[in-house]
Amino acid sequence: MSFLKVSPGFTARMRSLSLPLVDRDLEELRAGDLVSLSGVMYTGRDQTHRRLVELIERGKNLPVDLAGHLLYYVGPTPAPPGAVIGAAGPTTSYRMDSYTPALLALGLRVTMGKGARSATVRAEMVRHRAVYLASIGGAGAFLSRCIKKAELIAFKDAGPEAMFRFEVEGFPAVVINDLGGNDFYQMQTEGRELGSRL
Amino acid sequence: MRTINPEEISTRIADLVVAAARDLEPDILDALVTARDREERDLPRDVLDLLLVNADMASRERIPVCQDTGVCTVFVEIGAEVVIAGDITTAVNAGVEKGYGEGFLRNSVCDPLTRKNTGTNTPAVIHFEPVPGDRLKVTVLPKGCGSENMSAMAMLPPSSGIAGIEQFVVNTVINAGPNPCPPVIVGVGIGGNFEKAAWLAKKSLLRQVGVAAPRQDLAGIEGRLLAAINQGGAGVEGFGGNNTCLAVHAEIFPSHIASLPVAVNIQCHAHRHKEAVI
Repeated sequence: MSFLKVSPGFTARMRSLSLPLVDRDLEELRAGDLVSLSGVMYTGRDQTHRRLVELIERGKNLPVDLAGHLLYYVGPTPAPPGAVIGAAGPTTSYRMDSYTPALLALGLRVTMGKGARSATVRAEMVRHRAVYLASIGGAGAFLSRCIKKAELIAFKDAGPEAMFRFEVEGFPAVVINDLGGNDFYQMQTEGRELGSRL
Repeated sequence: MRTINPEEISTRIADLVVAAARDLEPDILDALVTARDREERDLPRDVLDLLLVNADMASRERIPVCQDTGVCTVFVEIGAEVVIAGDITTAVNAGVEKGYGEGFLRNSVCDPLTRKNTGTNTPAVIHFEPVPGDRLKVTVLPKGCGSENMSAMAMLPPSSGIAGIEQFVVNTVINAGPNPCPPVIVGVGIGGNFEKAAWLAKKSLLRQVGVAAPRQDLAGIEGRLLAAINQGGAGVEGFGGNNTCLAVHAEIFPSHIASLPVAVNIQCHAHRHKEAVI
């Protein structure tokens, strides 16, 4: 079937970046840029965030130093025998908003999920010089194949909410919030009158 | 009377939940292709292409379309001439547990207070409905929470009228923005009472994507809502354009003279559903 190909234009417009991102990469990213990520990222969703922030509040060390790294909001399906990981697309990011400032303060530079961030998180990202990316929600099968290695890091008992270290290749994402405080989602809806057709 | 063994129900449900997670039905695939063909912007069009590639990979490589394999909502229509030789709720849950385990699907059900995962993706949310005949029809709708969390309910004063209903639905979907994984399908339940409206909104998602309601005034509401939501600009994944919504399905039920309940149940583009008749 003809439609079963990722558009060559999509791949051509992608900017390839190695993880962890360096200052120069972050400075050059603009809201709306399409990026292809390769390298190491860490994962966590609701329960991992809750536990990381509890550790910070108790003055304990985190299972991994997140400074300079990317934290991907995902709860994968279990890996079938022989597979690296199951489906592994992004989860909705706002649920992490209340925990994110504490992690940004530790030097986390990139978060990735899907959906909009709160005004507080957007402001904290500008202050800590961090960016937010959205990957493709609902593309868990495709994104699974971009993950070449998955290692459990912490919170195994949280099941699908455990923390992993991923090694990825060609992982697609769109820059939503850049260092200049731009928001790609807001850029799409600005000026549209709410329910103007009614 | 016709007797059905609970084991048969469990086996069929297990097969359905695994198939639902991996194989999108033609109705949603067609809707995504249509959206792709009319999308004018590069980024959202390319993302729609990627979603179609994703669906194809999931089906061929036997991996879930989306990692959020959801809370399993199960609609069971029981024919009046059917006798179940055992407990049907147990049978349905046993099927869900078996399917989620054997299919390597994600267990996403937890205690709402302690947040401890039940480890089996049960209990499922089951809706039983008695119908005439000697058949049992089961429909599984494993629904992710990116979209479910963006759903809303309003008990409007009847004076709000059709304009009020439409404003509430549009506001709900536009406020959801990129969160529910657009392009979405919007289920709307109008009337009944508090829980009936919510049930209608959920049930409307089982209608073939894009088929209009049989009642003309209701079909008119669906059409106006679809146009208004797509004017909002969020587009595919919130990346812009006019494909925020694939279809609006509205269902209706008489309500109290003092009441106008409206429920909005948003469904993501990974619209997974399967049914079987036993």
